[in-house]
Amino acid sequence: MAIGMLSLAWILYTLLERGLGGLNLAVFTQMTPPPGSAGGLVNAIFGSLMMVGFATLIATPVGILAGIYLAEFGNRGWVGPATRFINDILLSAPSIVVGLFIYTIYVAKVQHFSGWAGTLALSLLAVPVVVRTTENMLRLVPNSLREAASALGAPQWKVILTVALRAVRGGVLTGLLLAVARISGETAPLLFTALNNQFWSADMNAPMANLPVVIFQFAMSPFENWQSLAWAGALLITFSVLVLNIVARSIFSQNAKN
Amino acid sequence: MTTYSNAGAIQTNGNRMATTAEVDSIEAARLARVLKRQHWYDKAFRNTTLSFALLVLAMLAAIIASLIFGAYPAFQEFGFGFLTSSEWNPVTDRYGALNTIYGTVVTSLIALVIAIPVSFGIAIFLTELCPPWLKRPLGTAVELLAAIPSIIYGMWGLFVFAPIFSEYIQPFLAQTLGKLPIIGNLFQGPAMGIGMLAAGIILSIMVIPFIASVMRDVFEVVPGVLKESAYGLGATTWEVVRNVVLPYTKIGVVGGIMLGLGRALGETMAVTFVIGNAHKISASLFMPGNSIASTLANEFAEAGKDLHVASLISLGLVLFLITFIVLAIAKLLLIRLTRNEGART
Repeated sequence: MAIGMLSLAWILYTLLERGLGGLNLAVFTQMTPPPGSAGGLVNAIFGSLMMVGFATLIATPVGILAGIYLAEFGNRGWVGPATRFINDILLSAPSIVVGLFIYTIYVAKVQHFSGWAGTLALSLLAVPVVVRTTENMLRLVPNSLREAASALGAPQWKVILTVALRAVRGGVLTGLLLAVARISGETAPLLFTALNNQFWSADMNAPMANLPVVIFQFAMSPFENWQSLAWAGALLITFSVLVLNIVARSIFSQNAKN
Repeated sequence: MTTYSNAGAIQTNGNRMATTAEVDSIEAARLARVLKRQHWYDKAFRNTTLSFALLVLAMLAAIIASLIFGAYPAFQEFGFGFLTSSEWNPVTDRYGALNTIYGTVVTSLIALVIAIPVSFGIAIFLTELCPPWLKRPLGTAVELLAAIPSIIYGMWGLFVFAPIFSEYIQPFLAQTLGKLPIIGNLFQGPAMGIGMLAAGIILSIMVIPFIASVMRDVFEVVPGVLKESAYGLGATTWEVVRNVVLPYTKIGVVGGIMLGLGRALGETMAVTFVIGNAHKISASLFMPGNSIASTLANEFAEAGKDLHVASLISLGLVLFLITFIVLAIAKLLLIRLTRNEGART
């Protein structure tokens, strides 16, 4: 117990110590520099926000609808149990394999790296999380609620969308936030789909700068300023991931209390 | 609009009072139309959600199919000897998967050997020994530890852990365990700070939160009645854990361990930073090596020759198949546990 907690505290302390040293306003306003010069991380932050945002946009409807199927219609037949099983395996699948998959079917076909490829890879990682949380949340809705709505004459699709889903919208939001937290820290799938970009680019069809790959590149380098930028970026990612997780859990517990 | 009066007679838009039979048939027709439309909406909704659920299945099939397709040139060239050859030479275009498979398996094993007892301790503490006011924050802390992105672990491992490892821990290990007859060979070599052992330790810190939270969930499934009757008979906490909790949940515990193993096998960033990127198999754990994921991370973006790319994709296929099998077994075990809840062990 102590070893586990100690290592968490040690990691966070190191992160704070080295990250705060490199964190200043320039990180948010200047672009990634060549080694030895001053600079910031703004193109990487922007690229990450774009890709994570689009990936969430793709993953949300897919995940919620698939979760609705599993919870409402998935109790009979083979589709439900098979999908649940495969979904849980995809949840823990190596993320670098997902990057390979997108590379093979998309990047190799269009012959260039792009922000869209990175978005697709991230959405493939986010969908299982959303599916799982949506299904678990919908299963918590008591059947009496659904039966009451049916008794009032509502068709099944209305019962699901306006009664059951509305009842657990806090939980579904929690699932979305957890998915966002998961994909914002992922590096491996972006390594050969979105690659990286040294300059500001809002073109999603070209290699796009993103925070995790920039951190990877800078941290493995021997240059001092690059390494301190890497620590600052690491602090940013960890901080946002932890905040997202804490917010998601507090929404969930508030929802549960209601 | 038709309106209803309490006498059952109906007034239509005109001033004529309609007969009950006419009204019934109008109402029935309207009701039939509404029901038919809603029934169609229901079917459309069901089919839409079904197609998205099938999309999840299709994703898995597509991943496996595309990996096989991409890996085919390498298997065509090397045959199944690809899996047993330890050569990796981009210059002469000869590739083999053995060193990377070895690195993956060894680092994951080291990670498990360290992580299992620690997670076990955490889970037991959280379920049995923890004072109630500490339970929530500690449980949340463990889950937050699981959420930290793996690149952070890699950076911490390279910049903080590796220097300490090479200065204090590795010499200590070389002088104590390194002197033992057979396993001493595992701890020889220069104390570089990075290598298989360092990668295994970092990986174990990553994997501990997963195994710990699965174990904690599994331990909480044990009915309180069973534990209380054991306590009532005078058993100590350790005896209750060993003789009541563990036998009841052993399937779930193994499932949780395999879940952690599946995670550890596929972990990229935490390993890439500290494993040392050396394509060879060494007897000592102090030496650098390579895992499948770290090879992919390091070499894929710059692989020029088609055979190099195909070999890397076949490494990815091997990794995916190994993790798929491990995770499938873990899932099956955990399903068995929940099904056996309440059954005799």
